[in-house]
Amino acid sequence: MDELREVMITTDEIKTDEYLINMGPQHPSTHGVLRLLVQLEGEIVHNVQPHIGYIHSGIEKMAESLSYPQIGHLTDRMDYLSAHQNNEAVALCVENALQVEVPDRVKYIRTIMSELSRLASHQLWWCVMGMDMGALTTFFYGLRDREDILDIFEETCGARLTVNYSIPGGLMFDIHPNFQRDVKAFIKKFKTKLPEYDRLLSGNVIFTERTKGVGFLSKEDAIAYGVTGPTGRASGFACDLRKHRPYSAYDKVNFKEILSDVGDTYARYQVRMAEMWESMSIIEQLIDNIPEGDYAVKMKGVVKLPEGEFYQRVETARGEFGVFIVSDGKKNPYRVKFRSPGFSNLFAINHIAKGWKIADLVAIMSTFDLVIPDIDR
Amino acid sequence: MAFNIYDFTTLTKSIHEGLSSQFSPTATLAIEWTIVGLAYLLFVALFGLFLVYAERKVCAAFQQRMGPMRVGPWGLLQTIADFIKLLMKELIMPKNADKFLYNLAPFIVIIVSFLVISVIPFAPGLATFDFDIGIFFVTAVSSVGVIGILLAGWSSNNKYSLIGAMRSGAQIVSYELSVGLSLITMIILAGTMQISGIVEGQRDMWFIFKGHVPAIIAFFVFIIAGTAETNRGPFDLAEAESELTAGFHTEYSGIKFAFFFLAEYINLFIVAAMATTVFLGGWMPLHFGEFESFNQIMDLMPGLFWFFFKVLGVIFLMMWFKWTFPRLRVDQILNLEWKYLLPINLFNILLMAAVVLFGLHF
Repeated sequence: MDELREVMITTDEIKTDEYLINMGPQHPSTHGVLRLLVQLEGEIVHNVQPHIGYIHSGIEKMAESLSYPQIGHLTDRMDYLSAHQNNEAVALCVENALQVEVPDRVKYIRTIMSELSRLASHQLWWCVMGMDMGALTTFFYGLRDREDILDIFEETCGARLTVNYSIPGGLMFDIHPNFQRDVKAFIKKFKTKLPEYDRLLSGNVIFTERTKGVGFLSKEDAIAYGVTGPTGRASGFACDLRKHRPYSAYDKVNFKEILSDVGDTYARYQVRMAEMWESMSIIEQLIDNIPEGDYAVKMKGVVKLPEGEFYQRVETARGEFGVFIVSDGKKNPYRVKFRSPGFSNLFAINHIAKGWKIADLVAIMSTFDLVIPDIDR
Repeated sequence: MAFNIYDFTTLTKSIHEGLSSQFSPTATLAIEWTIVGLAYLLFVALFGLFLVYAERKVCAAFQQRMGPMRVGPWGLLQTIADFIKLLMKELIMPKNADKFLYNLAPFIVIIVSFLVISVIPFAPGLATFDFDIGIFFVTAVSSVGVIGILLAGWSSNNKYSLIGAMRSGAQIVSYELSVGLSLITMIILAGTMQISGIVEGQRDMWFIFKGHVPAIIAFFVFIIAGTAETNRGPFDLAEAESELTAGFHTEYSGIKFAFFFLAEYINLFIVAAMATTVFLGGWMPLHFGEFESFNQIMDLMPGLFWFFFKVLGVIFLMMWFKWTFPRLRVDQILNLEWKYLLPINLFNILLMAAVVLFGLHF
């Protein structure tokens, strides 16, 4: 891999001055207010320095003055595409601290909602990936199918993006009577639509030429940088928490952890595409077996965590999301720290993109699936 | 006298005679030039607007949406509204821009487009210039446009613009070769560089059928290289929205941006018109050798209809792949030209020469 990179640098014998270019904070490919300070020689990237903080909202600090059920509502403003998983992480953390056992029904519904979020997130990632590569039509194909999931969310809890569905102790509401029917209809429909994605983008010669053998991340580097999620798994780093630290109902379903040992842009793309199939299979296994029961356990009016430190991690669409709560026994936490997947993933970009071209940098960044509020918190 | 929709020679002749009887020869020429110039301006403005509308509708169809629907019936007035908006927008010039070159660049681009359009025969008797090196003129003049793009990128004092301009320079200079060589392939078959001669040579059969294999290869090479020359997707590296925001015209606003925008669509028309003229028989109707009645029915449709029918067909093809394919990378775009298209083209010229020499064409 390193040889390839060197070949690309050394074959350019004409030496020109290096220059700096600011990609962002307003730039079409950074998908938010991220600024990349790119050091270029001609078209070749020599150094990428991400500058963050443009959308810093101080959620961790805010959480210190909020009660535990309230913290959850802030978390879906972080990684808004994995809103449900973020809620779930806080809920699980508080439940574990209080040693509350939620009914099976809650676990099943949480898992289904998690996978629906993952699907919606991956669909949007696919839209944007195509758009970054210059194929604008993908955007509308992906959004068309994502709409169905958002409709299900809306029916379930009234919100389409920031769902606020999981709270400590269970769920905000029970599922809508049509939930199972709609989810099944969606899965049936999306199974015919997903091959369309492959026909439009994955099999395209230009697309494969631009992504195969570009932007390598080795397994060792992925672990060293803390790159998790589909991005890490594309480098062979088995980091799927759903498999290795099952929570909610993930221990009751059969699914494959998608791994690839190539680690290039195309592998990161393929891992996410395959994950969509796995997510659908997980939902299919659970949707008909949602047990009867309560959708929440009765919690005290004021939730107080025992003194101590609590950590819970979940697998969001982007990777490992961790909630670390330090409690001093009061109704507000003493300190909250979120470990967001986007933050760790982003800073591997310099390592990967060095020596490739600007167009490759955009493609590489796209396969990282960055959500800026997730990085800036 | 009856207006002949099949042949414009009578119309133009009668105008010329009418003017000559009233004015001196110099004044007649001046008036005729003005009329022709105005006609082209009007045509370019209207057809440009139409193409923008068509592109939006075509792309909307590929993307499963409606496209503009609010302004006028089916959004027909949308592009006009947009054009008025562009006219009224403030012209912003970046600090430290090279003022003269910055203002000059859009004009070079649009003037070049106008120059090329002047040799295209729309219908019998409806072409301004018709000299014996018509094809040569097209390839020579159309390559001047890149100077405008380079100047725009250079004078904007913006790194994105500069990268876009340099990409565009490398790309257009390279693809110029393929466009020229694929046209030369057809000149071998036609035996003339005069555009009216080329069209006339396709009276019985269009060149793409007459020259069969080498002509079809040349056609595809021409379409690919032509798309690359117009800086349209999948070869839109000079703009490359997701990489360079807007490439060479990042810093242009208002009417100056509109010039670049319009020039892109005129160039699209020019490539389609050249493909039509050289490969698809220009304004000639579709004829099949022996089917007399079929040929006569085809003859009923006027040349103007045939010309625009074919041009719009080619434009649709080019829009189709713009809205389907991802963008190429800068090294791949040059590889494609120098390692694939150029050798194919050179071989194709030999093939065509052999076909013509041994009379293997239809």
